[in-house]
Amino acid sequence: MAPNDSAQTTEGGDFTAGRRKAARYIVPVAVAGVAAATFGLVPALADSGDPDLPKITAQQVIEKIAASDTQQLSGTVKITTDLGIPSLGGITGSLAPKGEGDGEGSSADPQAKLMELASGTHTLRVAADGPDKQRVSILDDAAEYSLIHNAGEVWAYDSASNEAFHAEAPAGAKESAKGSGKDADQHEKLPEGVPTTPKALAEEALKAADKTTSVTVDGTAQVAGRDAYQLLIKPKQSGSTIESVRIAVDAENGVPLKFTLAPTGGGKAAVDAGFTKVDFAKPAADTFSFSPPKGAKVTEADEQQGHEKEFGKEFGKEFKGEEDLKDFEGLNVVGEGWTTVAEISSPGGAKDFKAPEKGEVPPEAEQFLDALGDKVSGEFGSGTVFKTRLVNALMTDDGKMYVGAVTQDALVRAANAAK
Amino acid sequence: MSRAETTVRREDGARGPGALWTLGLLRSELTLTFRRWRTLALLAVLAAVPVLIGIAVKIETSDGSPVGGGGAEGGGPAFLTQITNNGLFLVFAALAATLPVFLPMAVGVVAGDAVAGEANAGTLRYLLVAPAGRTRLLFAKYASTLVFCLVATLVVAVSALATGALLFPLGEVTTISGTRIGFGEGLLRAVLIAAVVAASLIGLAAIGLFVSTLTHSGVAAMATTVGLLITVQILDTIPQLSVIHPYLFPHYWLSFADLLRQPVYWDEVLDNLTLQAVYAAVFGSAAWARFTTKDITA
Repeated sequence: MAPNDSAQTTEGGDFTAGRRKAARYIVPVAVAGVAAATFGLVPALADSGDPDLPKITAQQVIEKIAASDTQQLSGTVKITTDLGIPSLGGITGSLAPKGEGDGEGSSADPQAKLMELASGTHTLRVAADGPDKQRVSILDDAAEYSLIHNAGEVWAYDSASNEAFHAEAPAGAKESAKGSGKDADQHEKLPEGVPTTPKALAEEALKAADKTTSVTVDGTAQVAGRDAYQLLIKPKQSGSTIESVRIAVDAENGVPLKFTLAPTGGGKAAVDAGFTKVDFAKPAADTFSFSPPKGAKVTEADEQQGHEKEFGKEFGKEFKGEEDLKDFEGLNVVGEGWTTVAEISSPGGAKDFKAPEKGEVPPEAEQFLDALGDKVSGEFGSGTVFKTRLVNALMTDDGKMYVGAVTQDALVRAANAAK
Repeated sequence: MSRAETTVRREDGARGPGALWTLGLLRSELTLTFRRWRTLALLAVLAAVPVLIGIAVKIETSDGSPVGGGGAEGGGPAFLTQITNNGLFLVFAALAATLPVFLPMAVGVVAGDAVAGEANAGTLRYLLVAPAGRTRLLFAKYASTLVFCLVATLVVAVSALATGALLFPLGEVTTISGTRIGFGEGLLRAVLIAAVVAASLIGLAAIGLFVSTLTHSGVAAMATTVGLLITVQILDTIPQLSVIHPYLFPHYWLSFADLLRQPVYWDEVLDNLTLQAVYAAVFGSAAWARFTTKDITA
């Protein structure tokens, strides 16, 4: 266009001018269109179909995982959890009374912090170098929560509050880490049984695989730019709230890269954790070095009464759902496999589990409680069922609690059977 | 990027005097912008924010108590707890505090006034009498707005650094990942962060310029731009609208903090820059389409 085009609107007929005017607006529209198309297309193009890999059996894939000797990795994990209730964590349905982790504890206390992972979307950075050095960071807005294990020392650092938490890794942790070998994501086993990495989640799921479970290979996929086999795990029993578990396993080195848990109710995955970036090179050594920054408030694990137990368990590598649940008095496990139901008859120190009796609470509160759960009755008497997408709980009127990743009917059956 | 820009460049390359003209125009635009009392007052307010934060933190911690009464989460902008240990963190805290409101507001005022202000004052006609061309004039206006973005950010950063150095110790920087880097590298990251923060504003600057070409009232353009900014920021906080959040221009603004991780987490920073470039291209070309075709009557 001419530099002095300021005069152009007056030249030519109205028709030409009008057309030229309209033509110029095509530019921003085109730019917006191209941008939108690029945003839409680039992920689609990057996802250039499933990789072509030789067909193998489920057994071989599991062996691949077991044989995997990847000791070093670093990467970014995206974990999205939608359990249908914000504060309830754990696929095994542990129902720790909330408040145990809060209170006077440091904000850098891993137990309190990692519960946050039980809902929403989080970006994690993980790095591991052998059994002695691991690191997980939860990336928050303008802050980061880091958990660093370096040769027996465990540090947690919360940059938002500038607080640090220090503990010695429990004795024997090293051996068990070596025992289970492979990469060292074990320390990511969370206190409430919320494994965070694909690896940990995969192990958890495979442990449950027995007669009650069908395990098949369901094609291939690309995860974080790597070719992977998809392992599909489905419960054979009915009554479970879990529809299927999908694990993407790196075709080359057998490291699980992605974990997806779909609930029976449909909709989006209840748990979706996968690497968005992964690198199997040795992470930089200073990744694992930590000394509390100047001015940081440091809480020693021993200072926090009653916390070291959980903390030790967290780093105590092998997570065992049952063991964790033994913390509760009067706990009873009914059923097996996918339809396991925990029966809690008189939870220690947690009277709030008991259903409030009529007249004990104001009518408004009672209505609210009723609105939260559905009233059910059976041979066991009557009670209230509280539902989430994965875990359902039945609170009977005589103060018993049945919890499991099972449907309401299965809970009632369990309650009836226990009677 | 945009056809508008290539057109401008072609013009510049095609004729020597043209390039000179653009430079001269840009210079006069810059002087015009930075000589205004309004601009200087905006910059003074921006410079005062870090000083206020610094003094407030100093007073609060003078008895040895930590910021925010000890470990309570939230409260105030990010990085506040680190300021007493390292004055450099005042730069980050000040940028985190000013980026959501003060900085974009100042940019909105300058960008919104760019064209509409001239039309309002009746000077736009005379500007166009000079054989500079509308495209080039618009380009000069946008460039001077971008310079203002950078200057405004630097004013905050430098004022914060000076205040921080005066009131608090400097030294090794603890990244938010908990690892430490030397002061020199920390300073380098501060510069990088200032650049990213300034670049975060180019989308808004383009929107302001576009709005400015729509009206003859400078005040209306400023109010619209700032109002739009506030509206979009409110939309960005509504969880039900999370689907559109990644496409809102302020969505990744605070991602500059990712530059303080070790190693740096680039994903969202790059998302932010891409988003700003797209906004600049779309609204820049829209401003061009509007400005080069509209009847200038004032």
